[in-house]
Amino acid sequence: MQAFDYVAAKSLSEAVDLLTKYRDQARILGGGTDLIVQVRENRRPVGVMVDIKGVPEVNTLSYNGSLEIGASVPCYKIYSNREVKSKFPALVDATSIIGGVQIQSRASVGGNLCNASPAADSIPVLIVLGAQCAIEGPSGERSIAVEDFCTAPGQTVLESNELLVKLVIPTPAPNASSFYLRFIPRNEMDIAVVGAGAAVELSADHQTFVSARIALGAVAPTPLFAAAASSVLAGKPVSDESIEEACEAAKGIATPISDMRGTAAQRTHLVGVLTRRALNGAINRIKEGN
Amino acid sequence: MSRKAHVQTQINGENVEFLCEPRQSMLEVLRDELDLTGAKEGCNNGNCGACTIIVDGRPVDSCCMLGVEAEGKEVQTIEGVATPEGLHPLQQKFLEHAALQCGICTPGFIMNSKALLEENSNPTEKEVRFWLAGNLCRCTGYDKIVRAVLDAAEITRANH
Repeated sequence: MQAFDYVAAKSLSEAVDLLTKYRDQARILGGGTDLIVQVRENRRPVGVMVDIKGVPEVNTLSYNGSLEIGASVPCYKIYSNREVKSKFPALVDATSIIGGVQIQSRASVGGNLCNASPAADSIPVLIVLGAQCAIEGPSGERSIAVEDFCTAPGQTVLESNELLVKLVIPTPAPNASSFYLRFIPRNEMDIAVVGAGAAVELSADHQTFVSARIALGAVAPTPLFAAAASSVLAGKPVSDESIEEACEAAKGIATPISDMRGTAAQRTHLVGVLTRRALNGAINRIKEGN
Repeated sequence: MSRKAHVQTQINGENVEFLCEPRQSMLEVLRDELDLTGAKEGCNNGNCGACTIIVDGRPVDSCCMLGVEAEGKEVQTIEGVATPEGLHPLQQKFLEHAALQCGICTPGFIMNSKALLEENSNPTEKEVRFWLAGNLCRCTGYDKIVRAVLDAAEITRANH
Protein backbone atom coordinates (compact mmCIF):
# COMPACT_ATOMS: atom_id res chain seq x y z
CA MET A 1 0.00 0.00 0.00
CA GLN A 2 1.13 3.60 -0.66
CA ALA A 3 2.72 5.27 2.36
CA PHE A 4 0.72 7.82 4.36
CA ASP A 5 0.57 9.34 7.80
CA TYR A 6 -2.18 8.59 10.29
CA VAL A 7 -3.74 10.92 12.85
CA ALA A 8 -6.54 9.95 15.24
CA ALA A 9 -8.42 13.24 15.63
CA LYS A 10 -9.93 13.85 19.06
CA SER A 11 -12.29 16.69 18.14
CA LEU A 12 -14.16 18.13 15.18
CA SER A 13 -11.98 21.24 15.21
CA GLU A 14 -8.82 19.13 15.13
CA ALA A 15 -10.20 17.17 12.16
CA VAL A 16 -11.12 20.38 10.31
CA ASP A 17 -7.67 21.87 11.06
CA LEU A 18 -6.01 18.78 9.60
CA LEU A 19 -8.21 18.93 6.50
CA THR A 20 -7.45 22.64 6.12
CA LYS A 21 -3.73 21.95 6.39
CA TYR A 22 -3.54 18.96 4.04
CA ARG A 23 -6.59 19.63 1.81
CA ASP A 24 -6.71 17.10 -1.05
CA GLN A 25 -3.94 15.04 0.53
CA ALA A 26 -6.10 14.22 3.55
CA ARG A 27 -8.73 11.51 3.69
CA ILE A 28 -11.26 10.96 6.44
CA LEU A 29 -11.06 7.43 7.84
CA GLY A 30 -14.29 6.07 9.29
CA GLY A 31 -14.79 2.33 8.98
CA GLY A 32 -12.28 2.24 6.14
CA THR A 33 -13.98 -0.61 4.30
CA ASP A 34 -14.06 1.43 1.08
CA LEU A 35 -11.14 3.79 1.71
CA ILE A 36 -8.49 1.23 2.70
CA VAL A 37 -9.27 -0.93 -0.33
CA GLN A 38 -9.24 2.11 -2.65
CA VAL A 39 -5.89 3.29 -1.25
CA ARG A 40 -4.43 -0.21 -1.56
CA GLU A 41 -5.56 -0.35 -5.19
CA ASN A 42 -4.15 3.15 -5.86
CA ARG A 43 -7.59 4.48 -6.73
CA ARG A 44 -7.40 7.30 -4.17
CA PRO A 45 -4.19 9.20 -3.40
CA VAL A 46 -3.71 9.93 0.30
CA GLY A 47 -1.02 11.71 2.31
CA VAL A 48 -2.72 11.68 5.69
CA MET A 49 -5.53 9.54 7.00
CA VAL A 50 -7.57 11.40 9.58
CA ASP A 51 -9.31 8.83 11.76
CA ILE A 52 -12.49 10.41 13.16
CA LYS A 53 -13.82 7.44 15.15
CA GLY A 54 -12.55 9.06 18.36
CA VAL A 55 -14.54 12.27 17.73
CA PRO A 56 -17.66 12.11 19.93
CA GLU A 57 -20.03 13.91 17.52
CA VAL A 58 -19.41 11.49 14.63
CA ASN A 59 -19.68 8.41 16.81
CA THR A 60 -23.07 9.09 18.42
CA LEU A 61 -26.35 7.43 17.52
CA SER A 62 -29.22 9.11 19.33
CA TYR A 63 -32.95 9.58 19.09
CA ASN A 64 -34.53 12.64 20.61
CA GLY A 65 -37.40 13.82 18.43
CA SER A 66 -35.18 13.20 15.41
CA LEU A 67 -32.69 10.46 14.68
CA GLU A 68 -29.06 11.56 14.61
CA ILE A 69 -26.55 9.16 13.09
CA GLY A 70 -22.93 10.15 13.54
CA ALA A 71 -20.97 9.83 10.32
CA SER A 72 -18.80 6.95 11.57
CA VAL A 73 -21.45 4.93 13.44
CA PRO A 74 -21.11 1.38 12.04
CA CYS A 75 -23.99 -0.41 10.31
CA TYR A 76 -24.47 -3.04 13.03
CA LYS A 77 -25.15 -0.39 15.66
CA ILE A 78 -27.76 1.17 13.39
CA TYR A 79 -29.70 -2.02 12.61
CA SER A 80 -29.50 -3.13 16.26
CA ASN A 81 -30.98 0.13 17.55
CA ARG A 82 -34.51 -0.12 18.92
CA GLU A 83 -35.69 3.28 17.66
CA VAL A 84 -34.29 2.59 14.20
CA LYS A 85 -36.06 -0.77 14.07
CA SER A 86 -39.42 0.66 15.07
CA LYS A 87 -39.44 4.00 13.25
CA PHE A 88 -36.95 3.75 10.38
CA PRO A 89 -37.18 0.15 9.13
CA ALA A 90 -35.77 0.96 5.67
CA LEU A 91 -32.51 1.83 7.42
CA VAL A 92 -32.44 -1.71 8.82
CA ASP A 93 -33.15 -3.09 5.34
CA ALA A 94 -30.17 -1.25 3.87
CA THR A 95 -27.58 -1.46 6.64
CA SER A 96 -28.06 -5.20 7.09
CA ILE A 97 -27.19 -5.93 3.44
CA ILE A 98 -24.10 -3.73 3.06
CA GLY A 99 -21.31 -6.32 2.80
CA GLY A 100 -21.20 -9.18 5.29
CA VAL A 101 -21.19 -8.89 9.08
CA GLN A 102 -17.44 -8.23 9.12
CA ILE A 103 -18.00 -5.18 6.91
CA GLN A 104 -21.06 -4.12 8.93
CA SER A 105 -18.90 -4.10 12.08
CA ARG A 106 -16.98 -1.13 10.68
CA ALA A 107 -18.70 0.34 7.63
CA SER A 108 -20.80 3.42 8.37
CA VAL A 109 -23.78 5.03 6.65
CA GLY A 110 -21.85 8.31 6.62
CA GLY A 111 -19.01 6.58 4.80
CA ASN A 112 -21.43 4.93 2.39
CA LEU A 113 -22.74 8.41 1.59
CA CYS A 114 -19.32 10.09 1.27
CA ASN A 115 -18.06 7.26 -0.95
CA ALA A 116 -20.89 8.35 -3.27
CA SER A 117 -21.30 5.14 -5.21
CA PRO A 118 -24.33 5.29 -7.53
CA ALA A 119 -25.24 1.82 -6.17
CA ALA A 120 -24.83 2.62 -2.44
CA ASP A 121 -27.61 0.87 -0.54
CA SER A 122 -28.07 3.40 2.24
CA ILE A 123 -28.35 6.55 0.12
CA PRO A 124 -31.84 5.94 -1.38
CA VAL A 125 -33.02 5.23 2.16
CA LEU A 126 -31.55 8.44 3.53
CA ILE A 127 -33.22 10.31 0.66
CA VAL A 128 -36.70 8.88 1.26
CA LEU A 129 -36.38 9.47 5.01
CA GLY A 130 -35.63 13.15 4.33
CA ALA A 131 -32.19 13.07 5.95
CA GLN A 132 -30.14 16.23 6.26
CA CYS A 133 -26.33 16.14 6.21
CA ALA A 134 -24.63 18.18 8.92
CA ILE A 135 -21.28 19.32 7.51
CA GLU A 136 -18.46 20.95 9.49
CA GLY A 137 -15.87 23.23 7.92
CA PRO A 138 -13.54 26.09 8.89
CA SER A 139 -16.39 28.61 8.79
CA GLY A 140 -18.74 26.49 10.89
CA GLU A 141 -21.58 24.11 10.23
CA ARG A 142 -23.86 23.89 7.22
CA SER A 143 -26.68 21.56 6.34
CA ILE A 144 -27.76 20.04 3.03
CA ALA A 145 -30.40 17.54 1.95
CA VAL A 146 -29.00 14.07 1.18
CA GLU A 147 -30.42 14.13 -2.37
CA ASP A 148 -28.17 17.13 -3.09
CA PHE A 149 -25.02 15.63 -1.52
CA CYS A 150 -23.65 13.38 -4.28
CA THR A 151 -22.60 15.13 -7.50
CA ALA A 152 -21.06 12.29 -9.56
CA PRO A 153 -19.73 8.78 -8.96
CA GLY A 154 -17.31 9.15 -6.02
CA GLN A 155 -17.90 12.94 -5.87
CA THR A 156 -19.78 14.99 -3.29
CA VAL A 157 -20.45 18.62 -2.40
CA LEU A 158 -17.87 18.42 0.40
CA GLU A 159 -15.02 20.90 0.06
CA SER A 160 -11.60 19.46 0.78
CA ASN A 161 -11.61 21.14 4.20
CA GLU A 162 -15.08 19.93 5.20
CA LEU A 163 -16.33 16.71 6.73
CA LEU A 164 -19.69 15.07 7.24
CA VAL A 165 -20.53 15.08 10.96
CA LYS A 166 -23.91 13.41 11.14
CA LEU A 167 -27.19 12.66 9.42
CA VAL A 168 -30.35 14.09 10.94
CA ILE A 169 -33.61 12.30 10.13
CA PRO A 170 -37.03 13.61 11.19
CA THR A 171 -39.48 11.29 12.94
CA PRO A 172 -42.02 9.81 10.51
CA ALA A 173 -45.72 10.57 10.95
CA PRO A 174 -47.90 8.02 12.83
CA ASN A 175 -49.27 6.21 9.75
CA ALA A 176 -45.95 6.08 7.95
CA SER A 177 -43.25 3.53 7.23
CA SER A 178 -40.39 2.82 4.86
CA PHE A 179 -38.85 -0.01 2.88
CA TYR A 180 -35.71 -0.66 0.83
CA LEU A 181 -34.79 -3.51 -1.46
CA ARG A 182 -32.37 -4.17 -4.27
CA PHE A 183 -31.98 -6.65 -7.06
CA ILE A 184 -28.82 -8.77 -7.00
CA PRO A 185 -28.16 -12.13 -8.65
CA ARG A 186 -27.01 -13.65 -5.34
CA ASN A 187 -28.78 -13.80 -1.98
CA GLU A 188 -26.30 -11.50 -0.23
CA MET A 189 -22.86 -9.88 -0.47
CA ASP A 190 -23.33 -8.17 -3.80
CA ILE A 191 -23.64 -4.73 -5.36
CA ALA A 192 -27.11 -3.53 -6.34
CA VAL A 193 -28.07 -3.91 -10.00
CA VAL A 194 -30.90 -1.56 -9.02
CA GLY A 195 -31.98 -0.39 -5.58
CA ALA A 196 -35.29 1.25 -4.61
CA GLY A 197 -36.43 2.88 -1.39
CA ALA A 198 -39.85 4.18 -0.45
CA ALA A 199 -41.23 6.10 2.50
CA VAL A 200 -45.01 6.33 2.64
CA GLU A 201 -47.54 8.14 4.81
CA LEU A 202 -51.16 6.92 4.61
CA SER A 203 -54.42 8.34 5.90
CA ALA A 204 -55.64 6.94 9.23
CA ASP A 205 -57.91 4.47 7.43
CA HIS A 206 -55.01 3.33 5.21
CA GLN A 207 -57.08 4.06 2.08
CA THR A 208 -55.26 7.15 0.77
CA PHE A 209 -51.67 8.23 0.23
CA VAL A 210 -50.95 11.37 2.24
CA SER A 211 -47.43 11.56 0.85
CA ALA A 212 -44.67 9.36 -0.49
CA ARG A 213 -40.97 9.60 -1.22
CA ILE A 214 -39.24 7.27 -3.67
CA ALA A 215 -35.51 7.06 -4.41
CA LEU A 216 -33.48 4.90 -6.77
CA GLY A 217 -29.94 3.53 -6.79
CA ALA A 218 -27.67 2.32 -9.62
CA VAL A 219 -29.70 3.86 -12.46
CA ALA A 220 -27.89 7.21 -12.79
CA PRO A 221 -24.47 8.74 -11.91
CA THR A 222 -25.82 9.44 -8.41
CA PRO A 223 -28.63 7.97 -6.32
CA LEU A 224 -31.83 9.73 -7.38
CA PHE A 225 -34.79 11.26 -5.60
CA ALA A 226 -37.77 10.35 -7.82
CA ALA A 227 -39.63 13.61 -7.24
CA ALA A 228 -42.40 13.20 -9.82
CA ALA A 229 -43.04 9.57 -8.91
CA SER A 230 -43.29 10.64 -5.27
CA SER A 231 -45.64 13.60 -5.71
CA VAL A 232 -47.98 11.73 -8.06
CA LEU A 233 -49.10 9.57 -5.12
CA ALA A 234 -50.18 12.39 -2.79
CA GLY A 235 -53.95 12.30 -2.33
CA LYS A 236 -54.36 9.17 -4.47
CA PRO A 237 -56.17 6.05 -3.27
CA VAL A 238 -53.97 3.15 -2.17
CA SER A 239 -54.45 0.96 -5.24
CA ASP A 240 -52.50 -0.94 -7.86
CA GLU A 241 -53.33 1.81 -10.36
CA SER A 242 -51.81 4.57 -8.21
CA ILE A 243 -48.72 2.50 -7.56
CA GLU A 244 -48.35 1.66 -11.24
CA GLU A 245 -48.48 5.37 -12.07
CA ALA A 246 -45.64 6.04 -9.64
CA CYS A 247 -43.62 3.13 -11.05
CA GLU A 248 -43.94 4.50 -14.59
CA ALA A 249 -42.87 7.95 -13.39
CA ALA A 250 -39.87 6.39 -11.60
CA LYS A 251 -38.85 4.54 -14.77
CA GLY A 252 -38.99 7.88 -16.59
CA ILE A 253 -36.08 9.37 -14.65
CA ALA A 254 -33.80 6.31 -14.82
CA THR A 255 -30.81 6.78 -17.13
CA PRO A 256 -28.92 3.55 -16.43
CA ILE A 257 -25.82 2.21 -18.15
CA SER A 258 -25.24 -1.33 -19.36
CA ASP A 259 -22.38 -3.07 -17.58
CA MET A 260 -21.36 -6.47 -16.19
CA ARG A 261 -24.21 -6.34 -13.66
CA GLY A 262 -27.05 -5.67 -16.07
CA THR A 263 -28.21 -3.93 -19.21
CA ALA A 264 -29.86 -0.53 -19.34
CA ALA A 265 -33.13 -2.16 -20.45
CA GLN A 266 -33.07 -4.65 -17.56
CA ARG A 267 -32.31 -1.89 -15.09
CA THR A 268 -35.16 0.28 -16.35
CA HIS A 269 -37.54 -2.67 -16.07
CA LEU A 270 -36.24 -3.35 -12.54
CA VAL A 271 -36.99 0.24 -11.51
CA GLY A 272 -40.68 -0.47 -12.09
CA VAL A 273 -40.59 -3.82 -10.29
CA LEU A 274 -38.61 -2.62 -7.30
CA THR A 275 -40.51 0.65 -6.91
CA ARG A 276 -43.75 -1.33 -6.72
CA ARG A 277 -42.28 -3.75 -4.17
CA ALA A 278 -40.78 -0.93 -2.10
CA LEU A 279 -44.11 0.94 -1.99
CA ASN A 280 -46.04 -2.22 -1.13
CA GLY A 281 -43.42 -3.13 1.47
CA ALA A 282 -43.85 0.22 3.20
CA ILE A 283 -47.66 0.02 2.94
CA ASN A 284 -47.69 -3.46 4.48
CA ARG A 285 -45.53 -2.28 7.34
CA ILE A 286 -48.01 0.51 8.06
CA LYS A 287 -50.92 -1.94 7.98
CA GLU A 288 -49.05 -4.34 10.27
CA GLY A 289 -48.42 -1.48 12.67
CA ASN A 290 -44.68 -1.16 12.16
CA MET B 1 8.28 6.09 4.23
CA SER B 2 6.06 7.39 7.00
CA ARG B 3 7.16 7.31 10.59
CA LYS B 4 6.36 4.11 12.39
CA ALA B 5 3.61 4.28 14.95
CA HIS B 6 3.78 2.74 18.41
CA VAL B 7 0.62 0.77 19.15
CA GLN B 8 -0.49 -0.73 22.45
CA THR B 9 -3.21 -3.31 22.25
CA GLN B 10 -4.42 -6.60 23.67
CA ILE B 11 -4.26 -9.74 21.57
CA ASN B 12 -5.76 -13.01 22.83
CA GLY B 13 -5.78 -11.66 26.38
CA GLU B 14 -2.17 -10.50 26.45
CA ASN B 15 -0.93 -6.92 26.34
CA VAL B 16 1.02 -6.41 23.13
CA GLU B 17 3.02 -3.47 21.86
CA PHE B 18 4.22 -3.16 18.31
CA LEU B 19 5.62 -0.71 15.80
CA CYS B 20 4.03 -0.45 12.38
CA GLU B 21 3.73 1.86 9.42
CA PRO B 22 0.30 3.48 9.10
CA ARG B 23 -0.11 1.81 5.71
CA GLN B 24 0.16 -1.68 7.16
CA SER B 25 -3.18 -3.41 7.52
CA MET B 26 -3.99 -5.22 10.76
CA LEU B 27 -3.62 -8.44 8.77
CA GLU B 28 -0.09 -7.47 7.73
CA VAL B 29 0.78 -6.51 11.29
CA LEU B 30 -0.48 -9.83 12.64
CA ARG B 31 1.30 -11.91 10.03
CA ASP B 32 4.48 -9.94 9.34
CA GLU B 33 5.22 -8.18 12.65
CA LEU B 34 3.71 -10.47 15.28
CA ASP B 35 4.12 -13.89 13.62
CA LEU B 36 0.43 -14.64 14.08
CA THR B 37 -0.07 -16.25 10.68
CA GLY B 38 -3.41 -17.92 11.40
CA ALA B 39 -5.41 -15.13 9.77
CA LYS B 40 -5.08 -15.59 6.03
CA GLU B 41 -4.92 -13.17 3.13
CA GLY B 42 -7.46 -14.11 0.49
CA CYS B 43 -8.95 -11.29 -1.56
CA ASN B 44 -7.47 -8.39 0.45
CA ASN B 45 -10.60 -6.35 -0.25
CA GLY B 46 -13.29 -7.42 2.20
CA ASN B 47 -15.06 -10.10 0.21
CA CYS B 48 -13.65 -13.46 1.34
CA GLY B 49 -13.39 -13.22 5.13
CA ALA B 50 -10.24 -15.39 5.35
CA CYS B 51 -8.61 -12.66 7.48
CA THR B 52 -11.50 -12.38 9.99
CA ILE B 53 -10.52 -11.50 13.54
CA ILE B 54 -12.61 -10.27 16.46
CA VAL B 55 -12.07 -6.69 17.64
CA ASP B 56 -13.89 -5.53 20.77
CA GLY B 57 -16.33 -8.40 20.33
CA ARG B 58 -17.11 -7.77 16.66
CA PRO B 59 -15.90 -9.77 13.65
CA VAL B 60 -13.90 -7.64 11.22
CA ASP B 61 -11.90 -8.24 8.06
CA SER B 62 -8.37 -7.47 9.25
CA CYS B 63 -7.38 -6.57 5.67
CA CYS B 64 -9.81 -3.63 5.86
CA MET B 65 -8.45 -2.29 9.15
CA LEU B 66 -5.17 -0.48 9.74
CA GLY B 67 -2.75 -1.86 12.32
CA VAL B 68 -2.65 1.56 13.99
CA GLU B 69 -6.39 1.28 14.62
CA ALA B 70 -5.73 -1.57 17.08
CA GLU B 71 -4.63 0.99 19.67
CA GLY B 72 -6.53 0.32 22.91
CA LYS B 73 -8.59 -2.50 21.41
CA GLU B 74 -9.14 -6.10 22.47
CA VAL B 75 -8.25 -8.36 19.58
CA GLN B 76 -8.92 -12.09 19.24
CA THR B 77 -7.28 -14.22 16.57
CA ILE B 78 -7.53 -17.90 15.71
CA GLU B 79 -4.35 -18.52 17.77
CA GLY B 80 -6.31 -17.73 20.95
CA VAL B 81 -9.33 -19.93 20.31
CA ALA B 82 -8.06 -23.29 21.60
CA THR B 83 -7.15 -23.51 25.28
CA PRO B 84 -4.56 -25.74 26.99
CA GLU B 85 -7.51 -27.98 27.92
CA GLY B 86 -8.44 -28.58 24.31
CA LEU B 87 -10.06 -27.39 21.15
CA HIS B 88 -12.95 -24.94 21.06
CA PRO B 89 -16.29 -26.65 20.22
CA LEU B 90 -16.23 -24.96 16.81
CA GLN B 91 -12.80 -26.41 16.06
CA GLN B 92 -13.88 -29.84 17.29
CA LYS B 93 -17.03 -29.81 15.19
CA PHE B 94 -15.21 -28.53 12.08
CA LEU B 95 -12.98 -31.62 12.42
CA GLU B 96 -15.86 -34.04 13.03
CA HIS B 97 -17.85 -32.73 10.08
CA ALA B 98 -14.80 -32.47 7.82
CA ALA B 99 -15.86 -28.85 7.32
CA LEU B 100 -12.62 -28.06 5.53
CA GLN B 101 -10.44 -29.35 2.78
CA CYS B 102 -7.60 -26.99 1.93
CA GLY B 103 -8.12 -25.07 5.18
CA ILE B 104 -7.28 -21.55 3.98
CA CYS B 105 -10.73 -20.21 4.80
CA THR B 106 -11.03 -22.09 8.11
CA PRO B 107 -9.53 -19.55 10.55
CA GLY B 108 -11.85 -16.88 9.16
CA PHE B 109 -14.89 -19.16 9.38
CA ILE B 110 -14.03 -20.15 12.96
CA MET B 111 -13.55 -16.54 14.06
CA ASN B 112 -16.74 -15.31 12.42
CA SER B 113 -18.71 -18.28 13.78
CA LYS B 114 -17.29 -17.60 17.24
CA ALA B 115 -18.54 -14.02 17.01
CA LEU B 116 -21.96 -15.34 15.98
CA LEU B 117 -22.24 -17.81 18.85
CA GLU B 118 -21.16 -15.17 21.35
CA GLU B 119 -24.06 -13.01 20.16
CA ASN B 120 -26.59 -15.76 19.47
CA SER B 121 -25.99 -19.25 20.84
CA ASN B 122 -29.17 -20.60 19.23
CA PRO B 123 -29.03 -19.52 15.58
CA THR B 124 -31.23 -21.00 12.88
CA GLU B 125 -29.62 -22.50 9.80
CA LYS B 126 -30.67 -19.42 7.85
CA GLU B 127 -29.09 -17.13 10.43
CA VAL B 128 -25.85 -19.11 10.25
CA ARG B 129 -25.81 -18.94 6.46
CA PHE B 130 -26.44 -15.19 6.36
CA TRP B 131 -23.91 -14.48 9.12
CA LEU B 132 -21.27 -16.43 7.21
CA ALA B 133 -22.08 -14.78 3.87
CA GLY B 134 -18.89 -12.75 4.17
CA ASN B 135 -16.71 -15.88 4.26
CA LEU B 136 -15.93 -17.74 1.05
CA CYS B 137 -15.01 -21.44 0.85
CA ARG B 138 -14.30 -23.00 -2.55
CA CYS B 139 -13.91 -26.59 -1.24
CA THR B 140 -16.78 -27.66 0.98
CA GLY B 141 -19.91 -26.22 -0.59
CA TYR B 142 -20.65 -24.71 2.85
CA ASP B 143 -23.05 -27.39 4.03
CA LYS B 144 -20.55 -29.13 6.29
CA ILE B 145 -19.52 -25.77 7.73
CA VAL B 146 -23.10 -24.81 8.52
CA ARG B 147 -23.72 -28.20 10.21
CA ALA B 148 -20.52 -27.84 12.23
CA VAL B 149 -21.54 -24.38 13.45
CA LEU B 150 -25.06 -25.57 14.38
CA ASP B 151 -23.58 -28.53 16.30
CA ALA B 152 -21.06 -26.30 18.05
CA ALA B 153 -23.90 -23.98 19.03
CA GLU B 154 -25.60 -26.90 20.76
CA ILE B 155 -22.46 -27.61 22.80
CA THR B 156 -22.12 -23.92 23.62
CA ARG B 157 -25.69 -23.88 24.93
CA ALA B 158 -25.14 -27.09 26.95
CA ASN B 159 -22.03 -25.60 28.57
CA HIS B 160 -23.94 -22.59 29.86
